[in-house]
Amino acid sequence: MITLNNITKTYGKEKTMAVDDISFSVNKGEIFGLIGPDGAGKSSIFRMLTTLLVPDSGTAVVNGFDVVKDYKQIRNSIGYMPGRFSLYQDLTIEENLNFFATVFNTTVEENYHLIKDIYIQIEPFKNRRAGKLSGGMKQKLALCCALIHKPEVLFLDEPTTGVDVVSRKEFWDMLKNLKKMGLTIMVSTPYMDEAALCDRIALIQLGKILSINTPEKLVAGYGETLYTVTGGNMYQLLNLLRSYAPTESCFAFGDSLHLTLKKGTSKQIATAFLEQQGFNKVIIQETTPGIEDCFIKLLKSN
Amino acid sequence: MNQLFSFIKKEFKHVFRDKKTLLMLFGLPTVQILLFGFALTNEIKNTRVTVLNYAQDNTSSELISKIDNSKYFDVVSYVRSESELEAEFRKGNAKIAVVFPKGLDSDLKHAKNAQIQLIADASDPNSATTITYYLSNIINEYNGLKLMKTPAPMQISAETKMLYNPELKGAPNFVPGVIALVLMLVCTMMSSVSIVKEKELGTMEILLVSPFKPIFIIIAKLMPYLIISIFNLIIILVLSVTLLDLEIKGSIILLMLASTLFIITSLAIGLLISTTAKTQQSAMMISLTGMLLPTLLLTGFMFPIENMPIPLKLLSNIVPSRWFFIIIKNVMLKGLGIGSIWKQLLILFGMCIFLLRLSIKKFKIRLQ
Repeated sequence: MITLNNITKTYGKEKTMAVDDISFSVNKGEIFGLIGPDGAGKSSIFRMLTTLLVPDSGTAVVNGFDVVKDYKQIRNSIGYMPGRFSLYQDLTIEENLNFFATVFNTTVEENYHLIKDIYIQIEPFKNRRAGKLSGGMKQKLALCCALIHKPEVLFLDEPTTGVDVVSRKEFWDMLKNLKKMGLTIMVSTPYMDEAALCDRIALIQLGKILSINTPEKLVAGYGETLYTVTGGNMYQLLNLLRSYAPTESCFAFGDSLHLTLKKGTSKQIATAFLEQQGFNKVIIQETTPGIEDCFIKLLKSN
Repeated sequence: MNQLFSFIKKEFKHVFRDKKTLLMLFGLPTVQILLFGFALTNEIKNTRVTVLNYAQDNTSSELISKIDNSKYFDVVSYVRSESELEAEFRKGNAKIAVVFPKGLDSDLKHAKNAQIQLIADASDPNSATTITYYLSNIINEYNGLKLMKTPAPMQISAETKMLYNPELKGAPNFVPGVIALVLMLVCTMMSSVSIVKEKELGTMEILLVSPFKPIFIIIAKLMPYLIISIFNLIIILVLSVTLLDLEIKGSIILLMLASTLFIITSLAIGLLISTTAKTQQSAMMISLTGMLLPTLLLTGFMFPIENMPIPLKLLSNIVPSRWFFIIIKNVMLKGLGIGSIWKQLLILFGMCIFLLRLSIKKFKIRLQ
């Protein structure tokens, strides 16, 4: 459905690298996640695939059309939700939706079935201006507007940034439903917990793809025993463990530390070391790695 | 078509929901026309006159009452000597002084010739010239009356007639200029933010990723401003007629059509700015600084273009308001028909097409 071949994009006269020789493809009917921190090049990839930017080199095909040559056909068949809220703040929910429906040569009634589940939630506020909506409602409206012309591919650039946890969960449930209707969805997010909800993910950093895999396989391929460390002053613990020779890696993870140890060192040895250093209440436990752990590991090895 | 219609509807909503801008759109022209019409005129009204009367006879007192009765002058003081006269000027009590020499009556009777001195405060040369001219007129008029009563020797005198604006009122000169200035500024400013606003808000990203044609975006953006500007023009004309006692001598339809052409041309300039500017603020700055001075200086209503150095004269040719100023003067003040303005209309039309073509070409179908 979407194919990128050696796509490169630089900005400005200094040729700042944004996307560096990226190739991957997205299958029909899957939710494909681009996971990476801010500035990784996610938005640039989206803008090239939605024909808003022209790549410096390489080719990309969306729904069978070339993003440079056939941009008009692509613009008819995709839905795009930019990273920033991009609807008319001085128009109401209903006016925004109607406007985007007519711009795409359709009507709200015609494709209401696509947006029904989402629209129902914001319908009570349909006469409220978009600028006065909460973050979650804005995202729902933006999704409705991106869906209203029945696109075959949906591009969602960081749709959940700045949205509360409950709305984020709801949003992902909606994406699952849309997937069932046969849409291909490409979504980006800086949140690692959302990555697990995608069918396949590409981890991206500084314009390069570190890994493409299903979330399960990515986690399964972690290959090391991961421990959580709790109890005691986290900051001091972190510094101590990082200076500890048998430590492979150690980083803060929420209110605990994630630790991997070099071969031949067990958690008992590490615990003993910490107790010797005065941390008596420290507990080291084995845990299953998450996507964030994989991401950090991939970052280190690169 | 449905797309375009809905887009235009949306543009109207933007305009009418932005109360501050709306107020500016309608308030600015009204304030400007009233300011220029009333406060900033170079009309002469109630100019203060001081009199130094060495004559103290019939002729002098008749003349003084004639001057005092005119609506242009008020005799505010009488002085007895040159030094007192100078003091009056220094204090700013008088703008002009009339000095009657000793023996004015007898000079007139016997020598058939007498001289009256006018002394004007020329720190403001323009108004000094005008009031001197007015005052001389009054004296000449009096002279004429006298001549009819007494058999006079042969005399040739030049009679000046001020066509189209015989009373030398300020409004006839200012109103066409203000119409040109206001329409040019308001139109350019309004349309210059229109497209760049969508870029700034990010909505352009979605519009571009839609099958909507760029030319439709441009037409839809222009439409509300075109209608608002025509409405503005009507307000200005009504104000000019009712408050400034200006008469529209020519065809109103011709005037409206020519103005519409000028409005579209100005909107096209704004569009061009809008397609190239990066932010609303820079678009505003470009349209304000880039438009205000050229229109003010090179339109010809503040400073006559004929007196300008050649480079400025040439430059003034590309300022649309310069041509529109001629059109509106010819139609409104002189009551001339299309025969007198077809050249200017053609020039404006050419500019308009050129600017629209250029802004459609400059309209980017992608980001950056």
